[in-house]
Amino acid sequence: MLRLEKRPSPSRAWTIATPVVAVILTMVAGGIMFAMLGKDPVEAIRTIFWDPLFNAQFAAYSRPQLLVKAGPLILIALGLSLGFRAGIWNIGAEGQYIMGAIFGAAAGLAVYPVESRLIFPVMIIAGGLGGFLWAMIPAILKTHFRTNEILVSLLLVYVAQNILSSMALGALRNPEGGGFPGSRNLSQIPAMANTELVAGTGMHWGVVVAFVAVIAAYILLQRHILGFQIKLAGQAPRAARFAGVSPNRLVILCMGISGALAGLAGFFEVSGPAGQISIDFATGYGFTAIIVAFLGRLNPLGILLAGLLMALTYIGGELAQFMLGLPSAAIQAFQGMLLFFLLAVDLLSNYRIRLARKEIA
Amino acid sequence: MTIADRPELLSVQGITKAYPGVVANSDVSFTIREGEVHALLGENGAGKSTLVKMIFGLVKPDAGQMRLRGADYAPQKPGQARAAGVAMVFQHFSLFEALNVAENVALGMENPPPMRELAARIRAVSEEYGLPLDPGRMVGDLSAGERQRVEIIRCLLQDPKLLIMDEPTSVLTPQEVEILFKTLRQLSAEGTAILYISHKLEEIRNLCDAATILRRGKVVGTADPKATTARELAELMVGTTLTPPERRRADRGEVVLGVSDLTLASPIPFGTELKNVSFTVAKGEILGIAGVAGNGQDELLLALSGELRAPADRVRINGQPVGDLGPEARRRAGLVAAPEERLGHAAVPDMSLVENALLSGAVRKGLTQRGFIDWAGAEAFAAQIVKDFDVRTPGTHVAARALSGGNLQKFVVGRELSQDPSVIVINQPTWGVDAAAAAAIRQAILDRAAAGAAVVVISQDLDELLEISDNFAALNEGRLSRPRPVEGLTIDQIGLMMGGAHGMEVAHHGA
Repeated sequence: MLRLEKRPSPSRAWTIATPVVAVILTMVAGGIMFAMLGKDPVEAIRTIFWDPLFNAQFAAYSRPQLLVKAGPLILIALGLSLGFRAGIWNIGAEGQYIMGAIFGAAAGLAVYPVESRLIFPVMIIAGGLGGFLWAMIPAILKTHFRTNEILVSLLLVYVAQNILSSMALGALRNPEGGGFPGSRNLSQIPAMANTELVAGTGMHWGVVVAFVAVIAAYILLQRHILGFQIKLAGQAPRAARFAGVSPNRLVILCMGISGALAGLAGFFEVSGPAGQISIDFATGYGFTAIIVAFLGRLNPLGILLAGLLMALTYIGGELAQFMLGLPSAAIQAFQGMLLFFLLAVDLLSNYRIRLARKEIA
Repeated sequence: MTIADRPELLSVQGITKAYPGVVANSDVSFTIREGEVHALLGENGAGKSTLVKMIFGLVKPDAGQMRLRGADYAPQKPGQARAAGVAMVFQHFSLFEALNVAENVALGMENPPPMRELAARIRAVSEEYGLPLDPGRMVGDLSAGERQRVEIIRCLLQDPKLLIMDEPTSVLTPQEVEILFKTLRQLSAEGTAILYISHKLEEIRNLCDAATILRRGKVVGTADPKATTARELAELMVGTTLTPPERRRADRGEVVLGVSDLTLASPIPFGTELKNVSFTVAKGEILGIAGVAGNGQDELLLALSGELRAPADRVRINGQPVGDLGPEARRRAGLVAAPEERLGHAAVPDMSLVENALLSGAVRKGLTQRGFIDWAGAEAFAAQIVKDFDVRTPGTHVAARALSGGNLQKFVVGRELSQDPSVIVINQPTWGVDAAAAAAIRQAILDRAAAGAAVVVISQDLDELLEISDNFAALNEGRLSRPRPVEGLTIDQIGLMMGGAHGMEVAHHGA
């Protein structure tokens, strides 16, 4: 019989190895699922993981998409990871992402058609502020009324989605759009466009900010007392209070940072790849980022890699739908398997499996 | 008929049990006769608990046999042990606070009788053995001593042949201990054997007929406790000669810590509210605060460390009001604190000793600069604690939970004492620590006081408090008695300060 035994200290080797093992198990289980759907599993896995980067036919289109998709995932996941480490569960990044896009876009469109180099930076700030303020609602309700931030932040996503529709149809609708829903196309207004910085790479300002945020988060967690306090609060709340950490301050801080980063991601998306505020602007980055945060073990460098991997499964998944006719539900199930296996294998960093000896009665 | 002539009840032969990395019991043998009160004596970690868990069927031995009344005895689970007539009162109670006494007792039974009948039986047993208990009362409202009675009565209802008691007196006042001992002697006279686990030597000398002494999992001796001095027993238990701590009396200086009329609600569910607590501690003074567990000790520590805030003028350090300040600001003002619970409160289990050194040392040791952590400084601080306080660890980068309780306690106390504090507050400084480490910790506290610190030691170990304190007070239901000089205090006076026998005025009137 198998038995789990707690390790005296967490295994470093397994902490690094578990994501790799989880990816391999996902490939195996996913391959079986694809085979049951009547597809060649090897081809399906290759289409998802290999073709987007190296297939001569698709790579020119899909390689830049890697950074375009990974940028917002990494940025949002970084913010979430700080809260998750402290035991503060912001599940509503999607809503903060939407509000960041609306605030940022609205700040620019309010002064249209003025042309100034200052407009884009102001829009960035407005985008971050939008996400920050939206995250403050669950944060303040939690610190003052002890509500559950998981529920409040999640439900506010649906509120944000309705505000998005209302904006696309009302206040922010393009007056020259012939009555179609959706705002002016920001990516075509020079003062507001989040352009591709190096042609053919997909690198835009949002990706730059995401990379800078990875470094900043790394320094925060490794070298700054605030990062230490975040870890303390998550691992031992009573010890954190003993050390002098104020739980309320930490809630505001973590919700604020994650909201602001999600808002920034929303703004960079709306001013670049998406181009405009539209009813179908929100595509679930805020939820997928939760998976990215855990896949990256709540570690900034891990999140960077996990964001790229998750982006790859998105692009590869689309490719597989298109090339092999796999249903989109199968691709979502495949992504779900990744999180499932990660959490399951995660056990091994704190426990080891032993064969139970026969006990002498 | 003397004990030695009575028939054997339980014999344990060559019991061995190993856990990964540690042998808890190695070839342990002893015998208990019917009606005998048998002490199992040893330091923390000597293997007493593992041994009785095997007798009670919670743990299976790797080797060895047990015989109960001549028959092979190998309980697979506690239910089988109970059916064979073995009952156990644990050190930590397993009671539901939101249920009443009778409901709690019923939960532990396989086929509980109707509630009314059970309540009558509880009443009958409690009267018979002088343990007054109202079956209808909510357990959350009971004192620790009363909760223990629920556990004892739960056992007595099964009419056991062998009653195992694990450190039963750690939650009792001296008066309650006396009442418990009367009950145990009555049981023994009726033929029930008692296996009594303790490291309190005077109790064992007072109560027990025989003692088996364990050290590092092995039987190192047997003794007749009534014919052996406490010192001899202690030296058998520890394996070395003990030296009592040495004290140099400092001149009593001005008042450093002042608490006046402090009243605070407890943040802990079923916790104890602090009521009008007032005391002062002068430079060089050690104030010992006694009390049965759960009478406001945890709350008092939180209120002093700054984890629980009060109006500013209720707590003063060097005359400055600090009552409304948090832990960091109080550390800056010179106060350090060591909570009772090591893992999860004083230290983070999964963090390294370096990180745990930073936890409370950041402010006073200057381990951060503009918010950035000086890891080299933290590492040096951790290494210094490990060296100065003889913390046995492979290094400063191991997780706190990998250390034994005693070593982690030395680290936690050392961390606080090494910060050059002017006020020290410690709850249970030597709880779960072996005798040698406990002596080292007490000596370190005395040295700090001699160097001019004002010290508050909260403890449930009366011997410890009487040994190191200058003044003595007791917490009882959140109220602190007036501090009195230790010299000239009698154990009876102390017992009354601790609240006497909680609700036991009628006990043993007929006995």
